[in-house]
Amino acid sequence: MRSWGRANRLSPATRQGIAVGVATGAYGIGCGALGVAAGLSVPQTMLTSLLLFSGGSQFAFFGVVGAGGSAGTAVAASTLLGLRNAFYSVQMAQVLRLSGWRRLLAAHLTIDESTAVSIGQATPSERRRGFWVTGLAVFVLWNLMTLTGALIGDALGDPRTYGLDAAAAAAFLALLWPRLRGLDPLATAVVAVVLSVAVAPFTPAGVPVLVAVLAALVVGLSPRPSRVPRP
Amino acid sequence: MSLWLAVLVACGLSYAMKLSGYLVPPQALDDERVRRVTPLLPVALLSALILTQSLLDEAGRLTLDARAAGLAVAVVALMARAPFLLVLALAALTAGLVRMVAG
Repeated sequence: MRSWGRANRLSPATRQGIAVGVATGAYGIGCGALGVAAGLSVPQTMLTSLLLFSGGSQFAFFGVVGAGGSAGTAVAASTLLGLRNAFYSVQMAQVLRLSGWRRLLAAHLTIDESTAVSIGQATPSERRRGFWVTGLAVFVLWNLMTLTGALIGDALGDPRTYGLDAAAAAAFLALLWPRLRGLDPLATAVVAVVLSVAVAPFTPAGVPVLVAVLAALVVGLSPRPSRVPRP
Repeated sequence: MSLWLAVLVACGLSYAMKLSGYLVPPQALDDERVRRVTPLLPVALLSALILTQSLLDEAGRLTLDARAAGLAVAVVALMARAPFLLVLALAALTAGLVRMVAG
């Protein structure tokens, strides 16, 4: 029973990070299977999970290659989907406050999941822990499952059958939830959703999420009373 | 461009984007306006991500399907202060059941 006692003592950031790692990792099978189906070799598919390491970008890349698009278009689609990581990195740099080589490692792990678990935590040390635990858990599981999917195909079937896509969205919402009590974050979320819905039918994948950056700018730069409550 | 080259270029660009924020000089982030905007960036991006993952179809139109049902149950669970893993499990179960029933 000692292991149960230990599991209970894990901090919220650790537990959430591992849970998100498992849920995200399950998608790695689909990533590996899709990469090979699109015409990439197993090493090429693995390289995207090891080095590109951004699910949305990888699926976009495979989608273009699989549809017979040019290599340049595949790179462009991948990059458009990955651009949001640049905005995460601005915030995570301030949360993590790193210098030297650790920045290089943190940069590689700066993705939706690690950022979401980090901002969902209540204290600075938990925010840092959440980032690292989630980033490493997703990295290890995503790569193991990509290899599995690339070698054996989509043997477990579509993860959507098990509702894993809904679990992923629910995880992001649950992590965002405590932040939405503040007026600024709530306004940002509302404006982001409105902008995203407005442009989604007319823009390529990736842009509907990116356009949300405008919401952060509009709310963050809007005039306000002199006494600003800090989170 | 060969496929190998495309893979490597995509990997390089992905890493460059992830690294960019860590290379911003700390002084540039001391500005009051910057300090107000940057914590809102993940909030904005994740909000839009949740939307595109649960309420938009592949053509970018609003759609109510199994994913939306899962998200709605997650909202109720969060309002009831359910623990994290329960929220995820309920959302997955709901979406899975709706898909099973729908076909």
